[in-house]
Amino acid sequence: MPTAAPPSAANAEVAVRLRGIGKRFPGVIANDDINIDVHRGTIHAIVGENGAGKSTLMKILYGVQPPDSGTIEINGEQVNLHSPADAIKAGVGMVFQHFMLADNLTVLENVVLGAERLHGIGAKARAEVMRISDAYGLGIQPDRLVEELGVGARQRVEILKVLYRGARIVILDEPTAVLVPQEVDELFGNLRGLKAEGLSVIFISHKLDEVLSVADEITVIRRGTTVQTVEPEGVTARQLAELMVGSELPSPSTEASTVTDQVLLRVRDLALPSDYASEGGRPLLDSVSFEIHRGEVLGIAGVEGNGQAELVESIMGMRPAATGLIELAGDDLSSRSTRQRREDGIGYIPEDRQRHGLLLDAPLWENRILGHQSRPPSVSHGLVDRRAARDDTQRIIREYDVRTPGPDVLARALSGGNQQKLIVGREMSGEPSLLIASHPTRGVDVGAQAAIWKHIKDARRNGLAVLLISADLDELIGLSDRIEVILRGRFVGSFDPAGVTPERLGSAMTGAGETA
Amino acid sequence: MTKARLTSIGLGVAAAALALLAAFVITSLVLLAAGDPVGDVWGQLLAWPEMRNWANIINNASVLYLSALAVAVGFRMNLFNIGVDGQYRVAAFTAAVVAGEAWLPGYLNTALAIVCAMAVGAIWAGIAGLLRAARGVSEVISTIMLNFIATGLVAYLLRQVSVREEGSNEIGTREIPEGSRIGGIPFGDYEIYGFIVIAAIAGFAFWFVLNRTRFGFDLRATGRSTTAAVASGIDVRRMTVAALMISGAIAGLVGLPILFGDSYTYGSTFQSGLGFAGIAIALLGRNNPIGIAFGAVLFAYLDEQSNPLQILVGVSPDIVAITQGVIVLTVVISYELVRRYGVRLEQREVARVLASSRTDKPKEVSA
Repeated sequence: MPTAAPPSAANAEVAVRLRGIGKRFPGVIANDDINIDVHRGTIHAIVGENGAGKSTLMKILYGVQPPDSGTIEINGEQVNLHSPADAIKAGVGMVFQHFMLADNLTVLENVVLGAERLHGIGAKARAEVMRISDAYGLGIQPDRLVEELGVGARQRVEILKVLYRGARIVILDEPTAVLVPQEVDELFGNLRGLKAEGLSVIFISHKLDEVLSVADEITVIRRGTTVQTVEPEGVTARQLAELMVGSELPSPSTEASTVTDQVLLRVRDLALPSDYASEGGRPLLDSVSFEIHRGEVLGIAGVEGNGQAELVESIMGMRPAATGLIELAGDDLSSRSTRQRREDGIGYIPEDRQRHGLLLDAPLWENRILGHQSRPPSVSHGLVDRRAARDDTQRIIREYDVRTPGPDVLARALSGGNQQKLIVGREMSGEPSLLIASHPTRGVDVGAQAAIWKHIKDARRNGLAVLLISADLDELIGLSDRIEVILRGRFVGSFDPAGVTPERLGSAMTGAGETA
Repeated sequence: MTKARLTSIGLGVAAAALALLAAFVITSLVLLAAGDPVGDVWGQLLAWPEMRNWANIINNASVLYLSALAVAVGFRMNLFNIGVDGQYRVAAFTAAVVAGEAWLPGYLNTALAIVCAMAVGAIWAGIAGLLRAARGVSEVISTIMLNFIATGLVAYLLRQVSVREEGSNEIGTREIPEGSRIGGIPFGDYEIYGFIVIAAIAGFAFWFVLNRTRFGFDLRATGRSTTAAVASGIDVRRMTVAALMISGAIAGLVGLPILFGDSYTYGSTFQSGLGFAGIAIALLGRNNPIGIAFGAVLFAYLDEQSNPLQILVGVSPDIVAITQGVIVLTVVISYELVRRYGVRLEQREVARVLASSRTDKPKEVSA
């Protein structure tokens, strides 16, 4: 049963009161009997696993989707939010995980865009923007182009946009997912500024240390319903995690090193020119060199968009413009097609599973064949062996705990975590010698995450070499034998995961340690 | 999983029935608005045809079937080959010239002509494939432009090689010698094209290649998601050229039942427009060889039954063209509706099965 708000915060007025919120989608219950009180002048964190229903709840509160049941009260008045416009009118603003800014406009123009009626577009608007920026310590430079800004600054622009529209209740959806540790600290400073001015902040996250350091109250959501509301003083990260999962939390830590002296993948001077090279664009990859041994996991850390995707696609043979040497077990891959590279023993877990990893409108057994079209068991002599493909899909479903009624279900009907487990199982089939794993556990629930980690570790013991790209620094540190940091298409630092902290990695990822 | 299979077949039939019903209603409204006798029109259209009409329907259907099959190959890869019309005319003209010259005896001559027709159709469509693969030119634009070029080219070449029949203004290629013609199959007191056997073989080959071979898997995978196809190692450019060439090769067969079973010569009055009907029939038949067969018979039936409308009911037979056009629209809408319903049904089924079998584990939420 959800508990009432703890006494210390109870003397503040309730800004948002959610009672019995329920939301169903075809076949799934996204929210069920959600009860939350957010007090004025506090930061209220909502934590839960991926897929626990946090995002759905916030879409309901921001008027994007109507709830099927339950009531929303804002400042003591019951409201019906039919659209984000209604929510804004009620004083609710939302900062989405993916920024919605026009790169080619200035900060001021971005803020005013769509809210021209409030303060016009001239001096009055500028004065208001500066007033808000100063009041909350956002440090906004109104005339800079958004494309020149870093991620942290863009996020502050998004927050300012919300405040400019008169929000007194600010929702932030996983705001730290795109930030490095230093930027996270700045953001938290800003949030405390908002709180001090009497605003209420709803902060969605699944990073428990952050939540504990910034929130005044924490509500845990599991399986679409509120489990408990606690104060950060009373709990540890571990207890919170157990509330989230409802059981013990797994850890990604590797056991004894299994690195051998045999080089499996050798990359020398890999370079990839920019698509706009003739206009002086910076190369996407610039003299990248590294080796991965059998039984070794090489982790790549970096802020998204610094060449990770290009590195992976170059090794897979999907970037014809790439130059340099790529050798797999001593064989030069440069003249080989993507299919041949796969046949040579490269397994590939793509970053965007729905775009690159699956045929959403095809049954699971056909998805089992994808990427393995030229290999048994599913295909032999150019013919598809449907029975063998179905049987092998059953094996993956069993071994990787893919939750589905059977192999004939369309991939679209599975949840994201189960889609990912199917992909991992498929790419581990046929005993690859190299696994390229881009964000292998992104959007996957904790149970599935542990299973995927275990499969990677088991295969590594048997001599699998792994190139691991992940935005989750704990996952990188826990799984890797070595970590390279990539920045603007170059490797800028090599770390031993045994002695590195997420903060130090974060500095290297932003280039703060570049001079060293 | 036979239950799921039955459900999916049932949904497919329901979608087609829904589309036809909607087309029926809309056509009736058009007739009403024009003040035409609705009952009489449908009475004529839905009357049971005579044997002679059935022979015509089957003949026409076999031609439409090949045309739709050609379009369907492209559709399976998300390529819109509008150029079947031009492809079959260039190909039929080539076959007529080759067969008319009779370099080889008897059925060897026929076989050579058929191979030449398929090759020319493949090359003609392959131009669009190459443009798409190399320069990213939309195949919709290039195939439709190639239709115009085909019309002009054939008209020009026809004048070069034609022989004028005595006592006629019509020009045409040299007649195919009797030994190289394809005889009819007895059908009651009438005959149907012997070429229908080749059409049936083409339908089977279509099903086998697409559903049972690696090549077919690659083709369908590319059609469903180009990005996933690339990541899986499919050479999408090569597949684009290959798919359009196969489409063109089948299109090359479209005019041949008429050529070898009826006209024996390619002349200025050779039937045109068969490629466009193929697009509608491929849509109606959901790019499935059996579905396409039903669609082809339906379209041929409507064409045949509409012929006497002018005489018997005083309504222009073109009303059937309206019906056929409306079918294309209703088919697209009803198939999409049924597809969404099917996905919802499946998601619910997945959730139900998972909820009942693993009540102890947390349910995944795909919000």
